[in-house]
Amino acid sequence: MNTLRAKYADEIEAILAKYPPEHKRSAVMPLLYLAQREEGYVTAQAMAEIAEILEISITDVASVVGFYSLYYDQPHGRYHIQVCTDLPCALRGAEDFLKALCQALGIGVGQVTPDGLFTVEEVKCIGACHRAPVFQVQGDGEIVFHENQTLETALAVIEALRQKAHQEKEGTA
Amino acid sequence: MSEYLILRHRAIPGLERLPVYLEHQGFAAFKKAVTELQPAQIIQMVKDSGLRGRGGAGFPTGLKWSFLPNDLWPHYVVANADESEPGTFKDREIMESNPFQFLEGLMIASYAVQARVAYIYIRGEYWHIAKWLDQKIAELEQAGLLGENLFGTDYSLRLYTHLGAGAYICGEETALLESLEGKIGQPRLRPPFPATAGLYNRPTVVNNVETLANVPLIVLHGPAWYHNYGTDKSPGTKVFSLSGCVNRPGNYELPFGVTFRELIFEHGGGVPEGRTLKAVMTAGASSVLIPMDESVLDTPMDYESLNKFGGSLGSASVIVLDDSVNMAWLTYKTVNFFKHESCGKCTPCREGTYWMNRLAERIARGQGEAREVELLYQVARQMQGKCLCALGEFSTLAVVSSIDRFRADYEAVVTKEPVYG
Amino acid sequence: MGKMVTLTIDDQVVSVPQGTLIVDAAKKAGIDIPVFCYHPKMEPVGMCRMCLVEVGRPVIDRATGQPVLEADGSPKIQFGPKLETACTTPVSEGMVVRTQTQVVAEACQGIIEFLLTSHPLDCPICDKGGECPLQNLTMAYGPGESRFRYEDKMHLAKHLPLGELIYLDRERCILCGRCVRFQSTVADDPVIAFSQRGRALQIVTFSEPGFDSYFSGNTTDICPVGALTTADFRFGARPWEMTPSASICPHCPVGCNITFNVRREAAAGGREVIKRVMPRQNEWVNEIWICDKGRFGYHYTESPERLRQPLVRKDGTLQPASWDEALRAAAEGLRTHQRLVSLAGGRLSNEDLFNLYRLTEARQGRAVLYSTMGGGDYVQRYGLSGEANLAALGKGDAILVVATDLHEEAPLWWLRVKQAAERGATLVVANARPTKLERYAAHVMRYTYQDALLKVQTLLTGNAPEAQALASAANLVIFYGSEGLSLEASEALAAMLARLLVQNGQVERPLSGLVAVWPHANTQGAWEIGFRPDPRLAETLSAADVVWVAAADPAGDDVALARALEKAGFVIVQDLFLTETARRADVVFPVQAFTEREGTWTTGERRVQRFYPALPELEGTRADFAIVAQVAEHLGLALEGRSALRVFQAIAQALPAFAGLSYTRLAEVVEQWPIVGRSDLYYGGTAYENTQGLGVRLARVSAEAEAIAFPDVAPAEVHTPEALYLVPFVRLYDQGQTLRPSRLLHRRVAQAVLYLAPQTAAQLGVQNGEHVQISADGWSETLSVQVVANVPAGAGLVPRSSGVALRQPQWVRAQRAVLEPQAGS
Ligand SMILES: Cc1cc2nc3c(=O)[nH]c(=O)nc-3n(C[C@H](O)[C@H](O)[C@H](O)COP(=O)(O)O)c2cc1C
Ligand code: SF4
Ligand code: FES
Repeated sequence: MNTLRAKYADEIEAILAKYPPEHKRSAVMPLLYLAQREEGYVTAQAMAEIAEILEISITDVASVVGFYSLYYDQPHGRYHIQVCTDLPCALRGAEDFLKALCQALGIGVGQVTPDGLFTVEEVKCIGACHRAPVFQVQGDGEIVFHENQTLETALAVIEALRQKAHQEKEGTA
Repeated sequence: MSEYLILRHRAIPGLERLPVYLEHQGFAAFKKAVTELQPAQIIQMVKDSGLRGRGGAGFPTGLKWSFLPNDLWPHYVVANADESEPGTFKDREIMESNPFQFLEGLMIASYAVQARVAYIYIRGEYWHIAKWLDQKIAELEQAGLLGENLFGTDYSLRLYTHLGAGAYICGEETALLESLEGKIGQPRLRPPFPATAGLYNRPTVVNNVETLANVPLIVLHGPAWYHNYGTDKSPGTKVFSLSGCVNRPGNYELPFGVTFRELIFEHGGGVPEGRTLKAVMTAGASSVLIPMDESVLDTPMDYESLNKFGGSLGSASVIVLDDSVNMAWLTYKTVNFFKHESCGKCTPCREGTYWMNRLAERIARGQGEAREVELLYQVARQMQGKCLCALGEFSTLAVVSSIDRFRADYEAVVTKEPVYG
Repeated sequence: MGKMVTLTIDDQVVSVPQGTLIVDAAKKAGIDIPVFCYHPKMEPVGMCRMCLVEVGRPVIDRATGQPVLEADGSPKIQFGPKLETACTTPVSEGMVVRTQTQVVAEACQGIIEFLLTSHPLDCPICDKGGECPLQNLTMAYGPGESRFRYEDKMHLAKHLPLGELIYLDRERCILCGRCVRFQSTVADDPVIAFSQRGRALQIVTFSEPGFDSYFSGNTTDICPVGALTTADFRFGARPWEMTPSASICPHCPVGCNITFNVRREAAAGGREVIKRVMPRQNEWVNEIWICDKGRFGYHYTESPERLRQPLVRKDGTLQPASWDEALRAAAEGLRTHQRLVSLAGGRLSNEDLFNLYRLTEARQGRAVLYSTMGGGDYVQRYGLSGEANLAALGKGDAILVVATDLHEEAPLWWLRVKQAAERGATLVVANARPTKLERYAAHVMRYTYQDALLKVQTLLTGNAPEAQALASAANLVIFYGSEGLSLEASEALAAMLARLLVQNGQVERPLSGLVAVWPHANTQGAWEIGFRPDPRLAETLSAADVVWVAAADPAGDDVALARALEKAGFVIVQDLFLTETARRADVVFPVQAFTEREGTWTTGERRVQRFYPALPELEGTRADFAIVAQVAEHLGLALEGRSALRVFQAIAQALPAFAGLSYTRLAEVVEQWPIVGRSDLYYGGTAYENTQGLGVRLARVSAEAEAIAFPDVAPAEVHTPEALYLVPFVRLYDQGQTLRPSRLLHRRVAQAVLYLAPQTAAQLGVQNGEHVQISADGWSETLSVQVVANVPAGAGLVPRSSGVALRQPQWVRAQRAVLEPQAGS
């Protein structure tokens, strides 16, 4: 059974409606975002389901997942803390900011916090160079910018997310 | 700058809301176009205005529109909102704060080439903007400004956003089209150009967000009016994204021809206290380094004047570098960016950026020898003129110009003793 | 041909058709511009950047439109600031191309150096070593010493199975994309793709099984380096140790030209063995491709189960005998028994068939073709003619494909029909179920198996759009098969289709004709020589006094035929293996495999092609035609048995269609494009040039304005609800005699499974994986069920040659079966 199709029938219809029916392959990127909302990464099963919906090969879907940096095919922390350290941000202290943030969280770049909630990543320019240091949080199907950051504000953002996750956990327990 | 053409929201609060935008002659141009003008007339107006593409190449917009053949249908228009060049954040402000002007421009462009569907390809990191634009599009549909039989004519139009997913190369128009078709974003061979074989192999216009945002005003006020701004060959204004070692980074909308001095000192507030201006990059990471001194500071910024430095205005993403910056380090930052973003399709870029990155990293870390600087230079030269798309060429610009123009910075970091060999 | 364009390449003046790319123009002039990503059988992509050259164009005066002249009167040539890729740039009038300048050499050197930064340079252990363009170019241009630090190299997977047939070495891969493009644009199986990006770019597959495509092996031929290799050949041998030998693929009626690579091997006791199969270029037949059955399915010829000694029945059991003894026994059997029936399979060569036919004729016997499909006589009269090449079909032409799944039955025809449709030919596909070819069809005609003829008849009488599309086509090629049809029905179908060609006035058009999708490589040859199938084969066999069976296993295929054979008086069998039929014989002759002898086969397109011995004969075996001649000699009948060549001479004298043919003519070659042979490594695909022949198409057997009659089409029979129309259908990888011994294809071989439509399964009360017992008079079988959407309701499909004794479609009773649990479990 195609669980994606079953669960998101309307949303999938709306996505497919954007593209000519004979070119529904175009919908692969939005569908991957949809699938990623579930587990934080695109599972092999989801790739197969997307392939089925779009009538393309699983290999073609996997190829797209591999090419773009905002898709993941492995589980990570629920939230990707993506700090821009590209040239313009680096000129305004982003590299030091990243170092301090990692230190405060006690993990290295690419690692996951022990509670499994956060992965810190270094990313290329995200279009907020005039408000460095900046990071974006990718997770829960969203990407949210946090600009003009200091270590303190960043930790506050992270703490708020942690609270949210804990509350959800208690809510479901 | 007293007058805004593009960043009008800075003068008109609430312009991002439809009623406010409508109050300020919003969609008058689109209505005029659809109800009074022939597509060819609009194309002629845009040609006459001298509007040039703001995405980097500066190609005349009206001319581009006129290339679409009329015996192959449907036509498509795609707005390039992939904005991923390091140091570029102007399209973002336009879409966030003056979204309707951009959308109206896109709609006029669509009418001008008789496209009935247009896509907005937005970089994945601008997730919130895509959602925002989806709302705006829905409002337009509700207001009867988008959809079927507009203004009682037989012209119909739909707009759709399409989110990228983290790939700078998808800003390159043919890679963008591949991506929009659901494939990996590797550039296509050109020719054929998108104008003849674009999206789904159909004639397609690809224009930058800022380019499109100019269009409503041109249609409303006429091409002659547009020439009141900017220079003869580069009419109009440009949104400069100013970043780096400067006191007031941000977007500045200024007429073409503004000098470096005005932009950096008058508007940007100059370099931080106690430091001196060393160099400028004008097209984000895809720039040659232009060493700065008094004589250079008065160069006008437009599509022609920077040629004498071997540079170009590109997207006008001005990164200011002061004397605290070592250019070997800077080169490593740029090369590392291109290595990360090379799509891998063509040999020289795929292998060259990887190789340059290894060399530049060693040099920047103080592990490189003098001859590795030579090698870095040669690898960059060996790539030049051979890559499939411009990304590969871009990746060499900072390398070659920094070694040519700032060799002392390299000498300061290379080891005196070889570490291997 | 379009307009010609004249240009200068390295001071050589060349004229080529407009639209030709610079690389191809140069190649035609004998100038090699190195390429990696470009392959002339695919659209250019210009990604490897190996083919950069200097390109100059005449300067045109804008005002006059005339070329600007130099002082000496020659046209002024303007060279661009950048080098251009010769693989993507079409020629233009007056163009000047320079491939030998310093700038070009440096560019070439630069690209090679870039490629080598991540290449392992493991040529000494690489399968491609010796036929690798990268190796050659490195020798020619490469920098003597690497400027790239070795420890900076990417280290990647070296023996990565992309499925069990094809292996990828990621370090050797130069990411030219030839394989990916072949799979997506030529084979239309996009099961491999690029993933990641930049230097991390890599080829991946996610299909199940991995690299799931009947054409996968071709990627190893066109891979310009040793990155893709077949499981069959990997580490098998070095190219220079092997000798090439021309042959023909024995598996289907397409007749793909192949090359066997042979080497003497210590592991085989110093014998010569086949190391690999590659396509051999024949632009009229298979171009430069073959399917994986042809590539991997030759192992049966080297099976240890091959017969090596004649057997003669003594005291009720088959016992080894000398050749002399066996020949005498067979002759004696023939002499002492009257009514002879010879039953020949479609794998025999023309020479074998001719001798057997001659002998049968001399004994007033009956020459029966072992086949359940008819219509070969229509193909003889209305088949393709002259130089007709499927590659020439395009806009304005039409192709009709009926009752066959070309992708499974004749993959190369599938490929060529698909390509014709892509060039603009109108494709009409008629079958009871969807097949892969339908993706390219302009019209699909769906019928129930029982109504096939009625449906096809509408093409003759109706005004349906598909009928009109076919009628208005300039040329019409018709492929027909026998899926779901009885022998009589397929005969009637062929007659109808022949009538369609006549009625539409297309018969005499140069590119029109009827092609039968036979089950075997030489079924058409058997028709040409005079063998005819028999709708009442069981009766015929049981009434025979003496039966001579060659290359057929009726007893193994069908219980009724096994019983019939037991009733026959005396049975002579020629075969490679001790088949069920051979077990029931009185004399068994061990024969040579096609790899060990010469001969010719006639393809479904009626092209006669030669195969040559690749290996010495297996000791103790003889060629079929020789065995027949030797038996005949004992009967005082002179048949040519000394060589296949001489038998072929006799055929050419006896049969008008073969008039004028000879082994020499069949071995003739003409220059072919693209050039892919050994000296032209850059394009690649076959490793060797075809110097051994392209074959010749038979002349049509005259069809003097005859009225084509076909039997009235009977309305579908009505059956009880529990009746199921059981249809054998073809899967490329079956468990027939020629494939069973291939361990390589083991995972992909069709299993004896009953495919049912969901409604049919529901009616029978079975689900996926459960069992159904099917039975017809005197025969019953229990099969596991697979429910799939694309099977017609009321029908049950069983793969042919999968172990179920079902030769023809038939009505059976079906009911759910519950298997007894195995004792102890
Ligand atoms: C590597 C590369 C990245 C590019 N990125 C962008 C981009 O982010 N946004 C953009 O508008 N144009 C970008 N371009 C330019 C586009 O290819 C194209 O020229 C432009 O969208 C045309 O629009 P315009 O004529 O309105 O400028 C890029 C080009 C290259 C080679
Ligand atoms: S230059 Fe770089 S980005 Fe452009 S095609 Fe080549 S590998 Fe891809
Ligand atoms: S770029 Fe021309 S052969 Fe690869």
